[in-house]
Amino acid sequence: MLRFLIRRIALGLVTLLLLTVIVFALSNVIPGDVGRQILGPFAPQESVDELNQRLGTDQPLYTQYLNRMADYARGDLGESYASRESVANLIGESFWASAKLALLALLVTIPLAVIAGVYAALKRGSIFDRVIVTVSLAGSSLPEFVTATFIIVTLGVSLSIFPVLARPPDGADPLTQLYYLAMPIMALVIVYFGYIARMARAGVIAALEADYTRTAVMKGLKRGVVIRRHVLRNALLPTISVVATQTGYLFGGLLAVELIFNYNGLGRLLVTAARDKDLPLLSAGVLVIGIVYMIATLLADILISILNPRVRLGEDG
Amino acid sequence: MSAVDPTVLEPEPLKDAGAAADRRSARRERLRLLVRNPSAIIGGAILIFWIICAVFGDVIAPYSPFATDFDGHLPPGGTHILGTDQLGRDVLSRVIIGARDVLIAAPICATIGVGLGTLIGLLMGYYRGWLDDGLGRIIEAFLALPVPLVALLTLAALGSSTTTVVLTVGIFFTPIVARTVRAAVLAERENDYVQAAKLRGENGLYIMFREILPNITGPIVVEFTVRIGYAVFTIAFLSFLGVGIQPPTPDWGLMVSEEYALIIGGYWWVTVFPALAIASLVIAVNLVADALQEVNER
Amino acid sequence: MSATEQRTAALKVEDLEVAYDVRGVLRPVLRGVSFEIQPGEAYGLVGESGCGKSTTAFAAVRYLPGNGHITGGRTLIGGDDVTAMGDEALRELRASRISMVYQDPGQSLNPTIKVGRQVAEAFAVLGASKDEARERAVEALRRVRIADAERVMERYPYQLSGGMQQRAVIAMALACDPQLLILDEPTTGLDATVEAEVLDLVATLRDETGAAILLIAHNLGVVRRTCDRVGVMYAGRIVEEGIAGEVFDDPQHPYTVGLLRCLPRRGAAKSERRLDTIPGSLPLIGTPLPACVFEDRCTLATAECRTVLPTAAHPRPDRTVFCHHLDRVGELVAAPVTAAVGEVAPGDVVLQLEDVSKTFRQGGHEVRALVGVDLELRAGETLGLVGESGSGKTTLAKAILGIHAADQGGVIRLDRETLAGLTTQRPADARRAIQIIFQNPDSALNRSKTVRSILSRALSKLAGLTGQAAEDRLEKIRDEVVLSPRHLDLKPRQLSGGLKQRVAIGNAFAGDPRIVVCDEPTSALDVSVQAAILNLLADLQRDEQASYIVISHDLGVVRYLSDRIAVLYLGRLMEVGDAATVFAGPHHPYTEALLSAVPSVDGDPPARIRLEGEVPSAIDVPSGCVFHTRCPRAIEGTCEASEPPLVEVETGHMMRCHIPIDELRRLQGSDAD
Repeated sequence: MLRFLIRRIALGLVTLLLLTVIVFALSNVIPGDVGRQILGPFAPQESVDELNQRLGTDQPLYTQYLNRMADYARGDLGESYASRESVANLIGESFWASAKLALLALLVTIPLAVIAGVYAALKRGSIFDRVIVTVSLAGSSLPEFVTATFIIVTLGVSLSIFPVLARPPDGADPLTQLYYLAMPIMALVIVYFGYIARMARAGVIAALEADYTRTAVMKGLKRGVVIRRHVLRNALLPTISVVATQTGYLFGGLLAVELIFNYNGLGRLLVTAARDKDLPLLSAGVLVIGIVYMIATLLADILISILNPRVRLGEDG
Repeated sequence: MSAVDPTVLEPEPLKDAGAAADRRSARRERLRLLVRNPSAIIGGAILIFWIICAVFGDVIAPYSPFATDFDGHLPPGGTHILGTDQLGRDVLSRVIIGARDVLIAAPICATIGVGLGTLIGLLMGYYRGWLDDGLGRIIEAFLALPVPLVALLTLAALGSSTTTVVLTVGIFFTPIVARTVRAAVLAERENDYVQAAKLRGENGLYIMFREILPNITGPIVVEFTVRIGYAVFTIAFLSFLGVGIQPPTPDWGLMVSEEYALIIGGYWWVTVFPALAIASLVIAVNLVADALQEVNER
Repeated sequence: MSATEQRTAALKVEDLEVAYDVRGVLRPVLRGVSFEIQPGEAYGLVGESGCGKSTTAFAAVRYLPGNGHITGGRTLIGGDDVTAMGDEALRELRASRISMVYQDPGQSLNPTIKVGRQVAEAFAVLGASKDEARERAVEALRRVRIADAERVMERYPYQLSGGMQQRAVIAMALACDPQLLILDEPTTGLDATVEAEVLDLVATLRDETGAAILLIAHNLGVVRRTCDRVGVMYAGRIVEEGIAGEVFDDPQHPYTVGLLRCLPRRGAAKSERRLDTIPGSLPLIGTPLPACVFEDRCTLATAECRTVLPTAAHPRPDRTVFCHHLDRVGELVAAPVTAAVGEVAPGDVVLQLEDVSKTFRQGGHEVRALVGVDLELRAGETLGLVGESGSGKTTLAKAILGIHAADQGGVIRLDRETLAGLTTQRPADARRAIQIIFQNPDSALNRSKTVRSILSRALSKLAGLTGQAAEDRLEKIRDEVVLSPRHLDLKPRQLSGGLKQRVAIGNAFAGDPRIVVCDEPTSALDVSVQAAILNLLADLQRDEQASYIVISHDLGVVRYLSDRIAVLYLGRLMEVGDAATVFAGPHHPYTEALLSAVPSVDGDPPARIRLEGEVPSAIDVPSGCVFHTRCPRAIEGTCEASEPPLVEVETGHMMRCHIPIDELRRLQGSDAD
């Protein structure tokens, strides 16, 4: 177990390193004159040079990368080009706002989707199954901004059930906050429900057809016991991976949802940064989301290893 | 060697003709299954509808998508079936013409992603070793980033144009396609025919492209279809965020982004109809992909 | 009551009909199967693939796949109609009165639950408390001769060997003291020695429990060793039924006669006789068949067979045969002895191996899969490689082929030229000289290509032929492997298993190879198809003067094809010699055990050598003679101390054993001449 853990974390660190390289490379995909970009075409060359020197953007790219990493390691994420504020502060605040939204969405989605997926698999071919399959397919293929648009038009504007802006008043009690966040959460749930439900359904179907399930049935176990003890545990292993992957991607989906519902989170911050070409802010934000994904998949792998002895104990036991 | 010794012979079953006909064309059989599949029918019909809009849009659309000579925000009905937008442009015409760009761009993205991804996946799966490990790590790192997000970063740095959008999205599809193809290659190379080819003295390129590739077209076609769906998704999303296709092009994502803030004012139609268009196209493509997958797995 | 109770069959199948729903069309699989198993009796169902033997077992316990339907007849277990039972009654029946053991024990155990809990579960379902169930599970594992039961309880299935897994499954099956134990190919995929252990275990447990047994197997020897009575199935019907030994020694139905003649039995060798084949091929599942299902392929068939269902006839006591022409069974002709390949004088040495070893690195350990092998192969000669899995047979073949490179130090020579380790480093001539026929033609043939393009490519790469020359040669090969011209434009999936293997053989012979490795060439094929392929291989060898290296777990096949035999254990040659000598003995104790383990259709010798335990890990090999840990004849103090050399014990017979050959001869009681 420990060996597995160490190996997994070591590999994760390599991936993290590559991730920083990728993000850095992409934000420098055109090695332009940063100072000129910020100050505009009419600024005097001296001030451009001065700014470049101050930002370190006059250095060769690899030096810039190493400096950037050294800064990151100290917790300094740089300075926003647009607002001159500390990127760490900007991201710090909005990250937790986004995390709240994402976690709430996951909290709703995971049990709902797993139950629906499992039940659909058990009732394979029934009307319920078909509805789940269709809803999953449709929901997970839609971009979040489309789903969000439909929700806002129907529940927000036509029916006026929920507030259109996801901005609860300051100091609102949790229930009121939830009321304000209901629509963005719903938009996220619709999308992620599909991925998870489909995976859960497929896993259960595969486990139901497995030989070990036949063994369990032939032992004379009650159907409920067969499903609880033999089917579900094996069936839901792949679902755990999907949940992890989707947790990372959930933050991507927040971009649109936060924008549409005017929610002050990381997503909205990054879209604004992109429009302003505020690369230090944007790349730091992208990196943060990548790290969320990596942590989620790491946790999933650990969880899977706990549930699946084969992974935990290694192939040769 | 005129009379064959019967003890080395395994003659045909007597009713071989019928059986052979039954087995004759696996491809035709798949096509038949596909045509019978309800997902494929519905998805296919919607897809064909949008293709017709894209090709004959100029003829079908009642007005020019750029004409601003009408009153702004006319509600749906009357001469403007889907209403007009803030600038007085006909929403229906813009939605119809909007199919064009996305139906050209999305397959290009998918082609880039699937082309590069297949190449990389074949190399990784066939050669394995350090190449696989190295590329595998890089792919792992890429997968940590949602495609719309990296595309956002890249386009912010690179600048937005239809070309950069298509290239960016296509290239960022590569890692995930490579992973799918790699898995298929790994399963396929376990087959003895790969070993036999090596013993025959075939080189790696021949084995990858002539021996293995033809046997993994099934998953690749599914992946291609799925990627088209994601490309529609991503392009629309990037337009919506304002870093994709630039105005005044009648792009669906752009149309949603231009006026979603005005939904509260009751002008829902300007946003809802392009959103519906995106939804129907994405779902249609995914229905087809799903049906293809199902037929493959039989 | 007591009188009827005594006669109530453990399993009674009455006119059972089962069909599979394939895209809305019902395809019959069982066409009226009837048989009875008395309490305590062991009954075997045999037949080739698709005959419906497994379907019969699953229908008996009502565990058919979702698209399977019982369309007629019924099954009774201990007098209760299973087909009419409610779900709860069925569950109780499964919990307390019937059990099942299947092929591939690795799949039938839940991978994420410890073995102990899975076994205990079978007791808990009968009402045992948690502790009690655990205790009884340990007991059950001991009962199936698992020595360290307590430890095995705490293991996960994948941590056990195949044999141990199957024991655990059997322990689970016996939890309820079943009236009926169904075994569906319980030893398929296990090594012969492990198979022998499992079969012995089944026999012992049967004596202990008195359970009736239904054994499904394609291997007739397994059935003969285990069962009292046997039913021979063909295309969804039982065609012949009787006492197992009598049916196999004196078959009466034309199909049974044909099936048994297809087998290389009683030490048959290619130089003595050809194998018989059954004309035609197995019917596809669900195809409409005449009244007598075997009519298509029967040389005795008349018009009556097409239309009139044969009724039960009893040509012998305790025998039931469904055939209209019992009186004419004597007319069935065997293959003429004259058609045999005949003795072929071996030519010059083609292949020479000197001190060939292969070491793999696995998780920081060195695994010595092959250790110091010296061998020679002559032109036109067949060398059979024999040994359990892990003995190094395949590793050796791969080293010869250059699929992996042997360790530095050893030498492989082809026609006196030293070969490079990997095929890619060898000259084209050397590459074409050594080819292989794989076990599974589905895997060996590229399914996206036509037969023509597969063979053409082989011709151009191996023989350097293109254009008209290639086409002429293609025709010749097609003729040699007995394919018809229209097969050339088909893809592998459109061909039957036997035809596919012919293409694979043609592929290997495209470049006029000097040496062909035959890796389990007929294991994926049914018996009646196997015979034709073995005949073909023998013919090709005679015509092409190729040398064969044959790997097969089926000793009958090895013996039929081989001129010489090499026995491997843990990567070391234990015995090498002429096929006749090695099979006749005196044998190396390991060879003796292997031969003794294989269940024979012809019945087993009264005394069998049993091997205890499993093949030791190649990471940590035993000291001295590597076989001493399992050797029933090991000499204490000698065998664990030093490894015996491989020495010539008599002319052309090499052995690696401390026991002198005369002593072995005496111990094994074989004749001196």
